[in-house]
Amino acid sequence: MADNALFQFLLRMGDNTLVLGHRVSEWCGKAPVLEEDIALANTALDLIGQTQMWLGYAAELQGEAKTADDLAYLRDVWDFRNLLMLERPNLDFGHTMMRQYLFDAYHHLLLGKLAGSSDPRVAEIAAKSVKEAAYHLDRSGETVVALGDGTAESHRRMQDALDLLWPFAGEMFLADDVDDAMAAAGIAPELAALKAEWESSVRATLRDASLTVPDDDFAHKGGKTGRQHTEHLGHMLAQMQFLQRAYPGASW
Amino acid sequence: MSSPSPSAYPDTPPPDKEPKRTGEWPLWEVFIRGQHGLSHRHVGSLHAPDAEMAIKNARDVYTRRNEGVSIWVVEAERVTASAPGDKEALYDPSNSKVYRHPTFFDIPDEVGHM
Repeated sequence: MADNALFQFLLRMGDNTLVLGHRVSEWCGKAPVLEEDIALANTALDLIGQTQMWLGYAAELQGEAKTADDLAYLRDVWDFRNLLMLERPNLDFGHTMMRQYLFDAYHHLLLGKLAGSSDPRVAEIAAKSVKEAAYHLDRSGETVVALGDGTAESHRRMQDALDLLWPFAGEMFLADDVDDAMAAAGIAPELAALKAEWESSVRATLRDASLTVPDDDFAHKGGKTGRQHTEHLGHMLAQMQFLQRAYPGASW
Repeated sequence: MSSPSPSAYPDTPPPDKEPKRTGEWPLWEVFIRGQHGLSHRHVGSLHAPDAEMAIKNARDVYTRRNEGVSIWVVEAERVTASAPGDKEALYDPSNSKVYRHPTFFDIPDEVGHM
């Protein structure tokens, strides 16, 4: 199954939403204002819901009577296929929203194309998710502009966040064998074409936010291939998977 | 907090006053239309920096379970309300005038919401 390109692709989709969903859920009860707290929790729930669909499909392909829960709770760091950017700790609210925006802009674009996938299950999941992603993008984009073009302090924090996150954004568009196979089969779009579209919309928003995009296009990699995750993912999984690890098979 | 009596510790300088909270987001009243044909109903209030964000926050706070087809927000300070003391002058005169209420008509069920 490890060399099945569709399976790998589904893990990437599902692990992205699972890991980001968990990170965003860490704000629950601690966001700067009540309204943002509720909005972040809603976003996290949307992402976890999408995870169930992506990993559910992956588990079906895997057979062996596996479920989405097995994939979410019983894999270790090296089996995860999420982008490095998404496993990073939340840091401050500005960093969280910048990460959300950079991902939402990519996610919304990607899901829009996946809605026309040659694989009917992929198309179905994407069509359902893209509406949620549109709202996430609307909200995170507006927040990035409001904070980037806000007070001196909010501007400084958003610029710091962008400088920190930009080297992680490139991984979204690094195509490998899995991406090539998906594009050839008409299941997923070419990442290179996606990148141009992403960059023009992201640069326009960042300009509105009066933020400066770093010149360097160096990209950290190793998340979506599972080759080398950051040290943060293990800590996150220790918390997220604790219950199933300590009490295997526990259910409500 | 102010104390009526002089400090028990006259040699201790008073604490710095808490900085006044500024930059608080304004309060918005939220109205949601549950379905076509019904009017907008006041559902509650929330804080937001501007009207667009207030609509987004309202969507997250009040419509997650598919309650709405339309949202209105209005800044709470823009609402002019009647004073409770004016109650008698405003409402009492109509108390004995039942004929002002259109309750003597039978409305066919097919009409639905009116």
